[in-house]
Amino acid sequence: MENLISIGVRSIFIDNMIFAYFLGMCSYLAVSKKVKTAFGLGVAVIFVLGFTVPINWLIQNHILNQGSLAWISPELATIDLTFLQFIVFIAVIASMVQLTEMAIEKFSPALYGSLGIFLPLIAVNCAILGGALFMIGRSYTLPEATVFGLGSGIGWLLAIVALAGIREKMKYSNVPGPLRGLGITFILVGLMSLGFLSFLGFSL
Amino acid sequence: MSTEVAEVKEVKKSEPLFSKKNRKLVSNPLDIDNPITVQVLGICSALAVTTQMKPAFTMAVSLVVVLIASSMVISALRNTIPSRIRIVVQLAVIATFVILVDQVLKAFVYDISKQLSVFVGLIITNCIVMGRLEAFSMGNKIGPSFMDALGNGLGYGIILMIVAFFRELLGSGALFGFKIFDAVGLTYPGNGLMLLPAGACIVVGVIIWVQRSLNGYREG
Repeated sequence: MENLISIGVRSIFIDNMIFAYFLGMCSYLAVSKKVKTAFGLGVAVIFVLGFTVPINWLIQNHILNQGSLAWISPELATIDLTFLQFIVFIAVIASMVQLTEMAIEKFSPALYGSLGIFLPLIAVNCAILGGALFMIGRSYTLPEATVFGLGSGIGWLLAIVALAGIREKMKYSNVPGPLRGLGITFILVGLMSLGFLSFLGFSL
Repeated sequence: MSTEVAEVKEVKKSEPLFSKKNRKLVSNPLDIDNPITVQVLGICSALAVTTQMKPAFTMAVSLVVVLIASSMVISALRNTIPSRIRIVVQLAVIATFVILVDQVLKAFVYDISKQLSVFVGLIITNCIVMGRLEAFSMGNKIGPSFMDALGNGLGYGIILMIVAFFRELLGSGALFGFKIFDAVGLTYPGNGLMLLPAGACIVVGVIIWVQRSLNGYREG
């Protein structure tokens, strides 16, 4: 249990997807102009990460890893399918996003309307695939992977809402012409990432 | 790798590839239409792999290979792909080439492959690849698609190399692992900030600032 809390806190603050690994930067920069849409996208990312990371864990450990097909028949124990990892993961993610989209459309048309184009875009958000690949690289167990997925999503939400808030305020400041827009946003992200570095001091 | 080389040759035979319009497709993304600094695509990897020049170079080459190969395949298939499932088709094509590149890197330059860790896999979700396939290859012939992919790949590569140049030089006083400052007899302690994620963001921000001051592009 202590271990799970530690992984959760680490993935939200210390190993934050944006500030430590720059994953999901494209939509992070593109969708952070308004707090409201940023929040909607963040929630969708938590949702998709929370589902795809454990599903990909199951696939990796029961189908792809060498020897993991032994549950079908012992003869298959020598098969190693790990080279299929990328294509299988991306297929899982794309179909999960599609399912999420259909579910939201059916049960909450209002939320669906406000998320609009961002839902399908989550499929190509590097944070989702990155989460799955990190989870394999660090050899988590299933509960750890689930906590890690949710934690990374929450960290991403935190980062995008914070940036959107700053950018809303920044409309009123006098930024030099060539730096306006993307340039100043990058420098802002750099400064925010410096701030998040202070969490490195926490040992859990 | 050999199949990709064969494909490139085929196109060169059948097209007047370096017409004026096609040359523009290559030169525009290098400056005024740069994928990273103007179109805001493919930022994740641009920031994450640029602490040293060697991995940055490997990453740029991998991306160019994947982008050119998948752009040509998609362009060849563009009339047969049903538009409803085109995203999945594109992802499948990209993922196939990324697996090829990943296996080649693991076989020949294992150290760098380890250093790049998940970022080779993340080429699949690199917005440059998806973006160019969706915006260009779905509506153009193989020749122009090849040129567009080459241009955008190089535009990405150039920014990657510039960022890596400053980060490695200022961060650890070296270029391609060669200690510049030690070689000329100076001692440089290294600036740790440049090696941190924060340094990368600020370097990219400054590059965008300089580039836009030069070419006059303004936002908002």
